[in-house]
Amino acid sequence: MKEEHRGQRPAGGPGGGFGRGPMGPMAMPAEKARNFKGTLKRLLGYLKPRKLRLLTVFVMAILSTLFSIVSPKILGKATTKLFEGIMMKLNHAPGAGVDFGYIGQILLLLVGLYIFSAFFGYLQQYIMAGVAQKTVFDIRNDVNDKLARLPLKFFDSHTHGEILSRVTNDVDNISSTLQQSLTQLITSIVTIAGILIMMLTISPVMTLIAVITLPLSFIVTAIIAKRSQKYFVAQQRELGILNGHVEEMYTGHPIVKAFGRERESITRFNEINERLYHAGWKAQFVSGIIFPLMSFISNIGYVLVCVAGGILVMKKTIEIGDVQAFIQYSRQFTHPIIQTANIANIIQSTVASAERVFELLDEVEQIPDRIDAKSIQFPKGRVKFQDVKFGYKEDVTLIENMNIDVEPGQTVAIVGPTGAGKTTLVNLLMRFYEIDAGKITVDGVDIRDLKRGDLRSIFGMVLQDTWLFNGTIRDNIAYGREGAGQEKIVRAAKAAHADHFIRTMPDGYDTILNEEASNISQGQKQLLTIARAVLADPAILILDEATSNVDTRTELLIQKAMTGLMKGRTNFVIAHRLSTIRDADLILVMNNGSIIETGSHNELLARGGFYADLYMSQFSGAYGEKEVV
Amino acid sequence: MIKLFRFLKPFGWSVAAVLALIFFQSLSDLYLPTLMSDIVDIGIVNGDTRYILNIGGLMLIFAAASALCMITAGFLSSKVAAGFGRNLRGMVFSRVESYSLYEFDSVGTASLITRTTNDITQIQQVLIIMMRMMVSAPMMCIGGVIMAASKDAVLSLIFVVVLPVLAGAILLIFRKGVPLFKAMQVNLDTLNRVLREGLTGIRVVRAFNRLGHERKRFLEANSRLTDTAIRVNKLMASLMPVMMLVLNLSTIAIVWFGGIRVDNGDMQVGDMMAFLQYATQIMFSLIMISFMFIMLPRAEASAVRINEVLNIVPEIKDPEKVKKPDSKRGFVEFKNVTFSYPGAERPAISNISFLAGPGQVTAIIGGTGSGKSTLINLIPRFYDIDGGSILIDGVDVREMAQESLRAKIGFVPQKAVLFTGTIADNIRFGKEGATDDEVRRAAETAQAVEFITGMKDGFDSVIAQGGVNVSGGQKQRLSIARALVRKPEIYVFDDTFSALDFKTDARLRAALREETADATVLIVAQRVSTVMDADRIIVMEEGKIVGTGSHKELLNTCGVYREIVYSQLSGEEIA
Repeated sequence: MKEEHRGQRPAGGPGGGFGRGPMGPMAMPAEKARNFKGTLKRLLGYLKPRKLRLLTVFVMAILSTLFSIVSPKILGKATTKLFEGIMMKLNHAPGAGVDFGYIGQILLLLVGLYIFSAFFGYLQQYIMAGVAQKTVFDIRNDVNDKLARLPLKFFDSHTHGEILSRVTNDVDNISSTLQQSLTQLITSIVTIAGILIMMLTISPVMTLIAVITLPLSFIVTAIIAKRSQKYFVAQQRELGILNGHVEEMYTGHPIVKAFGRERESITRFNEINERLYHAGWKAQFVSGIIFPLMSFISNIGYVLVCVAGGILVMKKTIEIGDVQAFIQYSRQFTHPIIQTANIANIIQSTVASAERVFELLDEVEQIPDRIDAKSIQFPKGRVKFQDVKFGYKEDVTLIENMNIDVEPGQTVAIVGPTGAGKTTLVNLLMRFYEIDAGKITVDGVDIRDLKRGDLRSIFGMVLQDTWLFNGTIRDNIAYGREGAGQEKIVRAAKAAHADHFIRTMPDGYDTILNEEASNISQGQKQLLTIARAVLADPAILILDEATSNVDTRTELLIQKAMTGLMKGRTNFVIAHRLSTIRDADLILVMNNGSIIETGSHNELLARGGFYADLYMSQFSGAYGEKEVV
Repeated sequence: MIKLFRFLKPFGWSVAAVLALIFFQSLSDLYLPTLMSDIVDIGIVNGDTRYILNIGGLMLIFAAASALCMITAGFLSSKVAAGFGRNLRGMVFSRVESYSLYEFDSVGTASLITRTTNDITQIQQVLIIMMRMMVSAPMMCIGGVIMAASKDAVLSLIFVVVLPVLAGAILLIFRKGVPLFKAMQVNLDTLNRVLREGLTGIRVVRAFNRLGHERKRFLEANSRLTDTAIRVNKLMASLMPVMMLVLNLSTIAIVWFGGIRVDNGDMQVGDMMAFLQYATQIMFSLIMISFMFIMLPRAEASAVRINEVLNIVPEIKDPEKVKKPDSKRGFVEFKNVTFSYPGAERPAISNISFLAGPGQVTAIIGGTGSGKSTLINLIPRFYDIDGGSILIDGVDVREMAQESLRAKIGFVPQKAVLFTGTIADNIRFGKEGATDDEVRRAAETAQAVEFITGMKDGFDSVIAQGGVNVSGGQKQRLSIARALVRKPEIYVFDDTFSALDFKTDARLRAALREETADATVLIVAQRVSTVMDADRIIVMEEGKIVGTGSHKELLNTCGVYREIVYSQLSGEEIA
C-alpha cells in the first residue's frame, strides 16, 4: 500500500546511474546480506552473458586510470626542467635558459595522455550503461516471469508493496551499483595501487612520508563509522515511529476530528519529533566529522610532503617537479580511500537487495502442468468433488471428505456469513490452490491432468473485486477472449446491460479507464466484468452476487445481467439473494472456512441447523421476532 | 525552496556562524598553496631549512584551524538542519491536523503522508549539503580566482577561456539530460503500474488465462525503461571525462604559459605550482556546484509540495463568540440544508429538513451517491454548508466551538479505523480517562468482549498498525465501543453494521437499543433489515429526501423505498 516509504536513503536517480552525488552519505549502516558470497556469485552470473563487454569496461577503466596516474609524474618533469632552467639563469650559467622544446614535447605527450584517459573513461561508462541496464532488464523480466509461476498462496502472504518494492527499489539499487560503483571500485583500487607504484618509482623516502598518514585515516574512518552507525540506527527508528504516527493520524483523520483528539495527536507527534531531532543531528554531526578529519589528515600529509620535499630538493636527492607530483598524488590519494570504504557499504546493501530479489526467484513454484496433459474439447460442465481435503495451512484442515456431484446446468449456491471463506471453493475449482487429498474432476477428467490454462478457460468468473486495467473499455471487455471482434464485444456488452452506459461515455467503447477506474461507478465496473464473462462464454460460471456500494437501479441491472449469464451453464454462486439460494440445486453452507452443511433449501431448513438460523436472522425481521410487514 | 527558508529565522545566528566558519575554512585552505609556494620560492631557492620548517609548522596550524572551523560548522549545521526539519515537520503536522475534511481530501491522505515525512526529510538533507557545499564551493571558486589572480593576474586570463567552456559543456549535457530524466520517471511509473495491475488482478489474469498478454505488456514497459535508462547513462557518461579533460588541459596550459612567464622573470616557479593547485580547486568547486544543480530540482519539488500544505488555511474556524446551547440535549435539526462539494456541479444534498430528538432512532437509507454519508458528515461540522442551517440543541453548529460540538457526538464511521496501542487504549480514545469498568461496559454493549477476552492479553492486547490483527467485524465493534464509552448525546452510525454477520448484528442492535435509550441515534444503512425498526426512516435519492416515515408507511407511500425493499427481500418475505 505505502510503498513510497523508502526510508532515509537519498533517492538515487530512478533506474539508477546518476544522482548518488559525489559524496554519498558516509558511514550509514548498510544492510547485511545473509549469504553474501553466494548471492554475489549469483549476481555475477547475470553478468556472464555480457562477460566480454564487461571485460572491455574493466580494461578501459584500468587504462583510463593508468593514464591519469602517470600524468602528474610527467607534468612534474616539465616543472623540474623549468625550475632547472631558472636556477641556472639565477646562477648565471652560460647558455642558460629554459628548454622549451623539451617542455613542449612533454606537454604534448600529456595532452595525448589526457585525451586518451578521458576517451577511455567515457567509453567505459558508455559501455557500462548498456551492460548495467540490460542486466537489470533481465532481472526484472525474470522476476515478472517468476511471479506468473508462483501459486496464489505466495500472494496471500506477501503484500503488493513488498513485492513491488523488490522489483523497483531493490532492482534500482542493483542497477545504480552496476552503473557507478562497480567501475568506481575498480578505478579506486587501480588508483591507489597505481599511485603507490608511481610514488615509489619517484622516491621511496617521499613515499614513506606520504603514506605515513594512511593508517591514521583508516583508524579515524573506522571509529567514526562505528559511532555514527549507532546514531543512524536511532534516527531510523525514530523516523519509523514518526512515519507510523503520521500515517495513522492521517488515515484516521475524520476519527481524530470527530473525537476531538487533535491536541493529543500533536503532542505525541512533537514528542517523537523532538527525539528524532536529537538522534538526527547527532547522526549528521558524527558522520559529517569524517570529512574535516580526513581533510585535516590529508593536509598533514600535504605539509609533510612540502616540507620534506623542500628539504630533499635542497639536498638534491629529488627534483622540484617530483614534489609537485607528490603533492598531486597525495591529494588524489585520500579520495579513493574514502570512496572504497563507501563503495564497500554500497556493495553490501546491493547484495542485500539482490538477496531479496533472489529470495523471490527461489520461492516454491506451482506444480508445472503435465506434459501429457489431457484436454476437454467440448466441456459440458459436470463437476465432481471426491473425498476432497484442503487447508490453507498444513496443520489447519478446512475441508475434509467433501463429496459433491454437480450435473451440467445445475446451480450450486455457497452461503455463509462474511469472512466464512466462501472464496475457498473458487480457489480449488480454478486450481489456484492444490488440494491435499482426493480429487476434483471436470467432465470426468482430474483437473490436475489438465493444463491450467485449459482448465481455466472452461470457467468464467465474475467476482466482487472488479479488476479492470488502465485501457479502453473495449480492451477491458475483450480481455475475456483474445482477438474478439467489435461485433462480439458489443453483443456481450448488450447482454450484460452495459451497452447503454458505455454509449453515454464521451468516447463510447474507446473511453479509457484511468488507473483506479474511478471514471465509472462501482456498479458499471461490475457490468463490465459481467460483459467480459459473457464474451468468454464459459461452460462453468463462478459468480459473486454481492453488489456492495451499488445504487439500487444499477443493482437491478446487474441482477438481470447475472441471471441471463447463468442460463444454460453450471453455476457456482456466492449467493446473497434468497431467490438464488432457494432455487439452487445444491446449497453449501460455510462458516469459519469449512463447509458445515450441504443440501437443498428445504432439506437444510428441516435440519434446523446453522443455515436455518442464518436464514431466520437474515431474512425475517431485525430481531427475529417481527415479520417484515 | 527559498520560501521555506523563512523558517530558518530562529537559526539566524547559527547560520551566520556557519557561513563565517566556512568562510574562514575556505580562506585557510586557500592559503596553504601560497605557503607552499613560499617553501619553493624562498626556502628551496635560498636553501633555508629553518624557513621551510617554520612555514611547515605554519601550514599545520592553518590546516588544524581549517579542520576546527569545519567541525564547528558541521556541529552547528547539523543542529540547524535537524532543528529546521523538526520545526517544519511540526508546523506541517499541526496544520494538517487543523484541516477540515474538505482540505484534507483535496490533497489526499497518501500525499499528505509523503509531504509530512519524505518531503521534509528530503529538504533537510539538501539543507545540510547546501550548508556544507553550496556555501563552500562558490567561496572556494571565487577565493581561488582571487588568489590565483593575486599570484599572477595575466596567467589567470586562462580562466576567462576555460571557465565558460566548462560551464557551457555542463549546461549542454544537462539541457539534454533533463528531458531524458523526466522520460525515465514516466517509464518507471508505467512499469510500476503494469506490475501493480498484474498483482491486484492476479486471479482475473489467471482465470482468463492471459498470462502471456500480461507478460508482453510488462516486457514492453521494461524495454522502454531500459532504453531510456541506457540513453540517460550514455549521455551522463560524458560528464566526468569532459570535466576532467578541461581541467587537465588547463593545467597543461598553465605550465606552458606559466613557464614562459617564469622564463621572462614575470613569476616564480613556486607561484606557478600554487597557481596549478588553485586551478584544481576552482574546477572541483565548479563540479560540486554542477552536482548541486542535480539535487536542487528534486528538493524544489518537495518544497513546493510542503508550501502547498502550509498555504492551505482551514476554512472551518471557531467563531469568535461561542454560543453555548441551553439545557436542551440531543436535538439535531436540519433546516433546508443544501451542500455541494467544492467544484461540484450539483449539490450533494439539497433542501434537507428533519428533526431528531432524544430517545429516537432515525435511519437514513438510499443508494450510493444519494448523499446519506454526506448528510451525517455535516453534523460534526466536517464541512460547512452552503444554505440553510444545522442546529444542535437549538444552536447553529457554526456558532459553537468545534470541540464542544464534537464532544456531544459519538461517531462511528463506515470504515473502522483503529490506532496502534492496546484495545483499551483504542476504546479510551472516545473518552480520555475512562475507567476500566466503563471500557468494559462499552465493549460488552458492542459485543466485543467475547473476542477480546479470547485474545491472549485481553483488553491489553496490542492492535498492530492499521488494525491488521483483528478482522473487519471486530474492528467495527471496537469502533462502536469507542463511541459508546463517550456516552454522547448523539450517536451517528455510518453504515456501521455491514461488516458484521447477521447474528452479531442482531444481538448488537438489541444491546444498543438499551444503551442508547435516552440518546439520539442516527443510522445510515443499506440493508433494509437494519432500518426497519427505526422510529423514522429517511429515504434519500440524488441528494434529496424522497420519503420520511416508518417502514410500513414508506412501503405504502414511497416508491424508491419499495424498490430498495424488493431488491433485497424476495416477495414472500415482504408480503
